[in-house]
Amino acid sequence: MTELKTEHEPPQKLAMGKSMKRKEDPRFLQGKGNYIDDINLKGQLYMALVHSPYPHANILGIDSSAAMDIPGAVAVVTAAELAAHGVGWLPTFHGLDKQMVLATGKVLFQYQEVAACYAETREAAYDMAELVDVDYEPLEVVADPFKAMKDDVLLRPDREAKTNHIYNWNVGDSAGTDAALAASDHVVREHITFPRVHAAPLEPCGCVAEFDAMGRLQFYVTSQAPHVYRTALFMVLGIPEDKIRVISPDLGGGFGNKVPVYPGYVCAIAGALVLGRPVKWIETRTENMTSSFARDYHMDIELGASKDGTLTALKVNTVADHGAFDAAADPSKYPAGMFGIVTGSYQFPHAFANLDAYFTNKQPGGVAYRCSFRVTEASYLIERAMDILADDLGMDPTELRRKNFIRKDQFPYQTPLNFVYDSGDYEHTMDVALEKIGYQDLLKEQAEKRERGELMGIGFSTFTEVTGAGPSKHFDILGIKMFDGAEIRIHPSGSGIIRTGTKSQGQGHETTWAQIVAEELGLDPQNFLVEEGDTDTAPYGLGTYASRSTPVAGGALALASRKIREKARKIAAHLLEVNEHDLEWKDYAFEVMGIPSKRVTMKEVAFAAYTNPGDNEPGLEATLYYDPPNMVFPHGTYVAVVDVDRETGETKVRRFLAVDDAGTIINPMIVEGQIHGGLTEGFAIAFMQEIAYDEAGNNLATNFTDYLVPTSLESPHWETAATCTPSPHHPIGAKSVGESPNVGSPAAFVNAVIDALSPLGVRHIDMPLTREKVWAAIRTAENESPAAD
Amino acid sequence: MTGETQRQLPDTDFAVVEAPTTLSVSVRINGKVVTRDVEARTLLVHFIREEAGLTGTHVGCDSSSCGVCTVLIDGDVPVKSCTMFAVMAHGRDVRTVESLAVGGKLHPIQQAFWDQHGLQCGYCTPGMMMTSLALLGRNPSPSEHEIREGLSGNLCRCTGYNNIVKAVQQAAEMMAPSAAPEVSHD
Repeated sequence: MTELKTEHEPPQKLAMGKSMKRKEDPRFLQGKGNYIDDINLKGQLYMALVHSPYPHANILGIDSSAAMDIPGAVAVVTAAELAAHGVGWLPTFHGLDKQMVLATGKVLFQYQEVAACYAETREAAYDMAELVDVDYEPLEVVADPFKAMKDDVLLRPDREAKTNHIYNWNVGDSAGTDAALAASDHVVREHITFPRVHAAPLEPCGCVAEFDAMGRLQFYVTSQAPHVYRTALFMVLGIPEDKIRVISPDLGGGFGNKVPVYPGYVCAIAGALVLGRPVKWIETRTENMTSSFARDYHMDIELGASKDGTLTALKVNTVADHGAFDAAADPSKYPAGMFGIVTGSYQFPHAFANLDAYFTNKQPGGVAYRCSFRVTEASYLIERAMDILADDLGMDPTELRRKNFIRKDQFPYQTPLNFVYDSGDYEHTMDVALEKIGYQDLLKEQAEKRERGELMGIGFSTFTEVTGAGPSKHFDILGIKMFDGAEIRIHPSGSGIIRTGTKSQGQGHETTWAQIVAEELGLDPQNFLVEEGDTDTAPYGLGTYASRSTPVAGGALALASRKIREKARKIAAHLLEVNEHDLEWKDYAFEVMGIPSKRVTMKEVAFAAYTNPGDNEPGLEATLYYDPPNMVFPHGTYVAVVDVDRETGETKVRRFLAVDDAGTIINPMIVEGQIHGGLTEGFAIAFMQEIAYDEAGNNLATNFTDYLVPTSLESPHWETAATCTPSPHHPIGAKSVGESPNVGSPAAFVNAVIDALSPLGVRHIDMPLTREKVWAAIRTAENESPAAD
Repeated sequence: MTGETQRQLPDTDFAVVEAPTTLSVSVRINGKVVTRDVEARTLLVHFIREEAGLTGTHVGCDSSSCGVCTVLIDGDVPVKSCTMFAVMAHGRDVRTVESLAVGGKLHPIQQAFWDQHGLQCGYCTPGMMMTSLALLGRNPSPSEHEIREGLSGNLCRCTGYNNIVKAVQQAAEMMAPSAAPEVSHD
């Protein structure tokens, strides 16, 4: 067990495990970051989009004459023009649906893109967008997936299947689960919704598109997955991939929002192609908020247990609201992403998960928001259900968990829903958390407060994450297998350049990647330049989302480094005039076995590689593609301590402790920072953030005044600690951590609030737990309780 | 604001004031006067980014909610520059993130954000630092709560505020009169 804050690795480590300050920071601190809106190409036009005010309407006509009267107006493009160029629709990332670039015939959600306006200035482009006159014929709106399933209104007549049902996905043993539930002493039944939320990075999305003198597309874009974008653009536009260069500059956050290919991108490229000038498009905040979403899972759970709390079976039925297009960023072989992690950290003899997805008149997307596809929904569900079961059985929630944890000697553990967990020590991690938070003292304090009628809650989440998508046999985007590439070149002086197919959005890759390579090669991490995001130079890779960078690209980097080390060994043998098999890699140098005085460092080998390589091929570089054999499974125990004001319903998070086990940690400072950020987003989801719609399909969360994200004032202070069970199959034992706090924390917050309200008989409240909702739950409970007055 | 646009109002039941479409605006940014003919509706943030070419000041929300466009006006007043027209800054002093480091030496506030890992994607950082600087100008040794209150107009989505608070605390110590003399930034 280690505090993240402390330098805890043994001194022999050169770079791994050290809280090295970030190499990328000086440029950000001086305002020299190069974000998308900082890129301006000579002669560029500006683009603004026309959005539908209606959630569902036929388009009877579009009149752009008034817009074209604006000084500086250049062109207005509608679906008809795009169709003439064959780019009316674009594929969605898991390839099971396609999406309109501009509304074709009708609009399917409020704020859908209807036309694109191009002008000499940004202001003129927005003026044009105001004046494009669209004649709408409103249609009946279906904003609720439970209404959509009746098929009274067919939302997508363009599809072959004449139904609003998109797909059914299920996994596990249905009959066995039903039988086990029927035989259980106790079954928890609850309907739990994970509401629709948005990642809301502070930098909105945007792009600048240009066709150069050679007719080659130079596409600057906010992308978490530049190579996949290049392939997707080939699919949409038919331009050969060698004629497309995608460059993703510094990104001001992403969290999943910068994975999809948005219609605005295609319109910018189409404009650049047709108008012969570069086109810039930067989203407004409202465009950003209305372009995609995450979650929106409506889950019915049945959780069976024996009298003593031993789990017997888990059954989950989910209705998923996918909005107007099935644009979920899930692998096509696994349309519900990693929802199968719903059995969590526990042993279940039987489990069955079933999911049905539906179209509605809402924004499309279903992106993974700071999580590995659907793991957040799954983790929230099982952690919430465990608390309800503990309450029903009158058990301490930690004892119920302890009784059912997968034990550390059971790994690798085959779950009933088809995952093989690599490693973990759940009980130890929970014990560390209980000790650090002072659980026994808190229980005592809670008992005293309850005597006085005060509402204090302690909430746990002992979640298991699943990250590191691939392996390619299971995971893909648009059929492209999930793996990642790394390229390392060592220069004669021992400095070098590192390139990967991933793309940092603030995660600190420039520092972390340098630390991995420096550790493997015995070189100085300060002397590595890290480059990502340019498809002309970076090796192919599937990008950064779903906490996959360290598990996949990090593995590729370690293995590419080792490839370099093997070549370096031959050169070292030449320098030392011994057989290479007589050398050992010891204390970051090649040493003749048994003769410590005869050694050469990697720096010396690097110079020799270009000056005196002997019979060996000159140069010192390697490219390697890593397709992991399995995913990795970080875990953690989170504890929230809250006080709820009985009169106002306001919740105060008094303490929050996150104990994470992410396997080998490369930079504790960066890891701790990511945990802080993820906890803040988890807090937001639990208490504030929601993309709400009214029944008429109006989107009620279109900017930061009605979609609330936490400020420094309401954000709790975070406490962190770490345990370490390395992944047995990963080259450096690393799992990942960036998404764990967002995956694990909502359940801890909600469990704490429900624990606070449990003396009143409150069993569940759906997020976000706003003070109004909590207040209403308290009032209802008090009015229903015989002891109310 | 220039006064030459006053004219006789037309005889209608509502007032129509036709504003000039372009104005000559002069703003002193980081000590250097920038004069440009801009549309009257040009926002200060766009003037700073596009006319003065200083892209460290960012745009995040278009609605004064996020604070990534925060600059200092007339020395020490933090202003969300997407809230203000460029013409409103005519003749005034504006200070942006680009003024902080002098001769390649980081300002204490920058050093503190670096030391404390007070940034991740870096998009909110310039605005966050300018607000912090104004806060420390008003209150050189703020409590944690005062820091959190002072920064509550600036959103951050990556770092979760703990380390930002610590950075401001460190900067306060570095900038205290008893500490080593600060590099002048004017």
